[in-house]
Amino acid sequence: MMTPRPILSSLRRHKIAAFLIVLEIALAFAIVSNAVYMVIGRLQRIDLRSGIDERGLVLLRLATASKQNGSVASAQTDLATLRAIPGVESASAINTLPLSGSQWSLAYSLRPMRAFSDGVQVPVFFGGPGLLQTLGIRVIQGSAFQPSAYSDLSPKDVFKAFVNARQALITQAFAQRLWPHASAVGKVMYMGETPVLVVGVVSNIIQPYIGADAHDPANYYGVISPFRAGPDLNAWYALRCQPAACARVLKAGAAKLQAMHPTETLNAQESFTHMRQRYFRDDRSMAWLLVSTVIALLGVTAIGIVGLASFWVQQRTRQIGVRRALGARRIDILRYFQTENFLLATAGIALGCAAAIGINVWLMAHYAVPRLPVMYLPLGALLLWGLGQLAVLGPALRAARVAPTVAMRSA
Amino acid sequence: MFTYYLRLALRALRNSPVLTALMVLALAVGIGASMTMLTVLHVLSGDPLPGRSAHLYYPQVDPRPLARGSDGNPEPPGLLTYIDAENLLHQGKAARAALMYQGGDVVQPPSGSALHPFVVNSRLTGRDFFSMFEVPFRYGAPWSAADDAGAAHVAVISQKLDRKLFGGADSVGRMLDFGGHSFRIVGVLAHWRPVPRFYDVDSSRYGEVEDVFIPFNTARALNLGVEGSTNCYGRPGKDLDTSPCGFIQMWVQLDSRPAAAAYRRFLADYSAQQHAAGRFQRPPNVRLDDLMQWLAYNHVVPEDVRMQAWLALGFLLVCVVNTVGLLLAKFLRRSGEIGVRRALGASRRAIFAQLLIEAGMIGAAGALLGLLLTWLGLWAVRQQPSDYARLAHLQPAMLVATLLLALLASLVAGLLPAWRASRIAPALQIKSA
Repeated sequence: MMTPRPILSSLRRHKIAAFLIVLEIALAFAIVSNAVYMVIGRLQRIDLRSGIDERGLVLLRLATASKQNGSVASAQTDLATLRAIPGVESASAINTLPLSGSQWSLAYSLRPMRAFSDGVQVPVFFGGPGLLQTLGIRVIQGSAFQPSAYSDLSPKDVFKAFVNARQALITQAFAQRLWPHASAVGKVMYMGETPVLVVGVVSNIIQPYIGADAHDPANYYGVISPFRAGPDLNAWYALRCQPAACARVLKAGAAKLQAMHPTETLNAQESFTHMRQRYFRDDRSMAWLLVSTVIALLGVTAIGIVGLASFWVQQRTRQIGVRRALGARRIDILRYFQTENFLLATAGIALGCAAAIGINVWLMAHYAVPRLPVMYLPLGALLLWGLGQLAVLGPALRAARVAPTVAMRSA
Repeated sequence: MFTYYLRLALRALRNSPVLTALMVLALAVGIGASMTMLTVLHVLSGDPLPGRSAHLYYPQVDPRPLARGSDGNPEPPGLLTYIDAENLLHQGKAARAALMYQGGDVVQPPSGSALHPFVVNSRLTGRDFFSMFEVPFRYGAPWSAADDAGAAHVAVISQKLDRKLFGGADSVGRMLDFGGHSFRIVGVLAHWRPVPRFYDVDSSRYGEVEDVFIPFNTARALNLGVEGSTNCYGRPGKDLDTSPCGFIQMWVQLDSRPAAAAYRRFLADYSAQQHAAGRFQRPPNVRLDDLMQWLAYNHVVPEDVRMQAWLALGFLLVCVVNTVGLLLAKFLRRSGEIGVRRALGASRRAIFAQLLIEAGMIGAAGALLGLLLTWLGLWAVRQQPSDYARLAHLQPAMLVATLLLALLASLVAGLLPAWRASRIAPALQIKSA
């Protein structure tokens, strides 16, 4: 590096051009650091733990006309047939699944509530004794439901029965929300005015539908109720299979169900992995869009730097010749342009930092965007310093090749 | 003079093809990215029923128990209970009104068909749905008022379902086996795809319309289930219709401002009356949004899309600044030539005009390339799996806007460099040349 002094005095003679480069770098920096942060936010969502054992889980769902068929009893017959397929370890009929996008929820609180909607809205999972094993959920404290605790739920009595469950398993995250300092087992929470006994705490499972903030622990609030469900409540048949056998199990299961119910139809037939991918498809395409915008933006910025730097080199050919004639080495000329670009980039980055924070504050006020962590700023700075150096390299090398004789010839 | 400048500009651009290409490319990329996102935003935030939307309103009342604490939403719920919906329908004075909710069930193909049974969504509503929203019919007509009142087993089906079941023939009078019940088909819709699907913001907002339409009263009599949201504020009763649970959307047509004001008063009076009778615990809390207000209130346009549009505009700004810089370099590089022209008598104004035309030409080239990129960008958006993605098409208005934006951007970008170059002193340049 050389001293910045002569560079600064030279830049003072090119105020507009210098200002433009600074402005361009500042804008690029502000946009890129926010966009990169948003990309990382999306990627973190896509990577969220579901809390269930995803490998070796396949799903089938039977649609039954006007919910007249498909009671719990017929679901038990279906499940018995499905369990008989080689490779199936367990099977259960479950009302909703993590990341399925549609949920049943109720509001729970520590005190009785007159209004149903008061309290914490929590999705409710139910599906008979096989649910925990099939999804791979562990009981951490307390115990699972006694077999006698289960009852059947049908569309006819769903409104009355569903809100009258007297026992529940709750997820660890929800237990911590309600009782941060004590064990939840044996405690009572309220759904409206109905007391509900917490018999056990289970490992966290993610909600069927998650909020904008991937880090919100509320994404893992959940309640499991002791009900059995059938296709008349749109229940999923979830099958746990040996991972190698899953594709075959899914095919065989679909064929068996269709054969048993010729007048009904399967409206879902997929692996959990597939359902997960579908859930996050918008996040994935948003991430791609942001990444391509960032790349295009950096490209445009580089074009701008190359253009202005080459202009400068051309304009100062004589000056470079004089310096060379007075004994400056090629490397000195190269360093000169590199240092100049570094100074401009630094000014741009400083200006861009302020803009980046401003944009982030504005985005936070209008959209569900979290605060930009400070560590993203040096990251963006490194990126733009690197880009600037790369872009200026070509013109600077050309400048370094200027022969000392040029100074005499063109004078 | 103009053509002379044009020729000069062309020659100048040909003299530095790389720089010119870079400028055109940078501008085109900026235009392409921003117009792609703005087109998506424009498509998604459009008026689904132009000319009619100002007369369509969405009434809301608040039947919830008193809130405890301050965490409750002060706005009335978006869905009506059965009791309130029926009361509003029969007591309110609107030119047209329809209750509705979404269902879904299995269609049993006619005997002899090779089709498997399949699931379709249904809209369970009143006959005014069709006239109020000007839904086009291919065959037949909406069911009658008597069908509504008598809960008749009649249905209107979509063009898509008609094609699937009957090969697109006029199926009026034939029977539809839906959800284990038999319905006489009275009408077949022509293609209808309002964007957004405004009438039900609780389900797929940019999806297609349902395939089966059945009278609301028939649906309640048969107890056809709700496929959308059901929100209960209190302990549910024996069945959904007597429970304090909202699941119904209601739309009314009010043709004038006084009519809308009168309807709003009616909602408040109704709430006061229910409050006095003890059914409502809260004092009157009503809303009556027109269609576009209702869409805005519900943030129907996806947040991602709005954010992308801002991002794209920022991107365009970078591209414009970039063009300013490159034009400046390009013009000042020709200081010698400009100096000669000034010495030969060209005024500053003439130089300025000539350089602006040069900038404009770059803008025109950037516009054409940008249009191509916009078209490519929209194609890429359509490949995304979201519901709305398939709606992203280039529209004539946006096409013109793209061209104008590119030209404007290049001219704005050209102003400063052209001004700066026109200040070049002739004498100095000739000396140094």
